[in-house]
Amino acid sequence: MGAGHAHRLYRHGHTPLHALPPHCKLAAVLCFVVVVVSTPREAVWAFGLYAVLLASVAAVARLPALFVLRRMLIEVPFVAFAVLMPFVAQGERVDVLGLSLSVNGLWGAWNVLAKGTLGVAASVILASTTELRALLLGLQRLKLPPLLVQIASFMIRYGDVIADEMRRMRIARESRGFQAKGVRHWGVLGKTAGALFIRSYERGERVHLAMISRGYAGTMPVIDEVTATRRQWSRALTLPLLALPICLLGWTTL
Amino acid sequence: MTDSPPPASLELSLEVSGLAYAYPDGHQALFGVDFTVRRGERVALLGPNGAGKTTLVLHLNGILTAGAGSVTVAGLPVGKAHLAEIRRRVGIVFQDPDDQLFMPTVREDVAFGPAAAGLRGPALEARVEYALSLVGMEAFADRPPHHLSFGQRRRVAVATVLAMEPEILVLDEPSSNLDPASRRELADILRSLDITVLMVTHDLPYALELCPRSLILSEGTIAADGPTADILCDEPLMTTHRLELPFGFNPKTAPA
Ligand SMILES: Nc1ncnc2c1ncn2[C@@H]1O[C@H](COP(=O)(O)OP(=O)(O)OP(=O)(O)O)[C@@H](O)[C@H]1O
Ligand SMILES: [Mg+2]
Repeated sequence: MGAGHAHRLYRHGHTPLHALPPHCKLAAVLCFVVVVVSTPREAVWAFGLYAVLLASVAAVARLPALFVLRRMLIEVPFVAFAVLMPFVAQGERVDVLGLSLSVNGLWGAWNVLAKGTLGVAASVILASTTELRALLLGLQRLKLPPLLVQIASFMIRYGDVIADEMRRMRIARESRGFQAKGVRHWGVLGKTAGALFIRSYERGERVHLAMISRGYAGTMPVIDEVTATRRQWSRALTLPLLALPICLLGWTTL
Repeated sequence: MTDSPPPASLELSLEVSGLAYAYPDGHQALFGVDFTVRRGERVALLGPNGAGKTTLVLHLNGILTAGAGSVTVAGLPVGKAHLAEIRRRVGIVFQDPDDQLFMPTVREDVAFGPAAAGLRGPALEARVEYALSLVGMEAFADRPPHHLSFGQRRRVAVATVLAMEPEILVLDEPSSNLDPASRRELADILRSLDITVLMVTHDLPYALELCPRSLILSEGTIAADGPTADILCDEPLMTTHRLELPFGFNPKTAPA
């Protein structure tokens, strides 16, 4: 069975940030993102301050800058979209290095880039200091629909099992001399995908049987109660509470 | 003090009578199965592929509903009325532990059944610890099940069921895919438990080792019921029901 790729984002540690209850951290990140998103895009300095805030949080969690930056690469596809905006957007235009760019588009691109980057950075810090399992407990605690949380935890549990099944099917294919090269073989791959779906579906049925055999009746029993003290809440909410005045200042200095 | 024997319903862990079942596609798998298992007995259920063993097992906790006949667990009839209680009393260990272990960590998986039955807090914690200690897996409580070896997963699967303190433990091919050492360790665990066991198996030496009594299920009916050694030594009976001893194994000389 493969190594736990479910935990690739997590970085083990014993910092105050690791120790905070997951639902406090989730709430803090959510509030922080809301504050960042509602900041006017013209208040450029505000985004700089937000970045400083996040950098200090990362320092408390002892996350190396390079580690965080590398994990932020998932943002790249969105950056590409932002880069297009100045070219395609309508309205007033400016000339930069001989290129005609839309002013609106430039602001739009900056907006997406700055807010997106801050949001991704905050999420990366959250994911690096909270185990997936704990994140799910936190979501459950924050009263996310239980069905969603259940689906997510099954994805974690069976991700490896299904990846393994996929690997076995690939090995079986290749042992019989099949190599996927080019469009002509897509049909075979499609059929494999279909078989994988059916296998996973049947496994789902068997798992369901095992669950009802142990008394499952539609809701997950509460096994771990995650609780937080007032102090832990106030610690976690420091981040959004520091960000809020920056946002307000941004609006007043427009 | 009175010396009268306890009522039959308390003596029997399991009573199956006249059980018949046809799958929704019309294929009939069970044709009137009758047997009883007394409390504390260990019984092997033998039979060729497709005999209906798994189908029978799925009736024991009401996952499949009998077309005719009845199943009674410690005096309680299996039916819609007390399904939750029946599922607590009948602990089924399925063939593939990956089907059985569905929670992110071993501890949560073992806790699932008792928690669904309403246990919370320290009592739940104690129950989980006890069940894991029965199978010698305490040290693995916080590991994800998919990072364990197959034999370890099988043992945790047994613990998930033991945590519910069942009346009867039902195992579907418990020794399949185990290496000889894990197979022996599981046998030691099963022997050490003071509980009624019904074990579906193709592993005849294992049946002989663990279960004093065996049933043969063949083509949907019970074809034989008796001491395991007698059944394994009855060559005509064995060949009629496609049962074969492994090469070189002699039940007459095997240490029981
Ligand atoms: N879902 C189903 N729908 C229709 N028929 C089924 C279904 N499951 C099993 N059967 C049929 O019922 C019969 C009994 O199957 P069962 O799985 O109980 O056999 P088994 O004794 O457990 O065999 P094995 O030793 O191979 O596990 C078989 O003929 C099988 O084809
Ligand atoms: Mg079977």
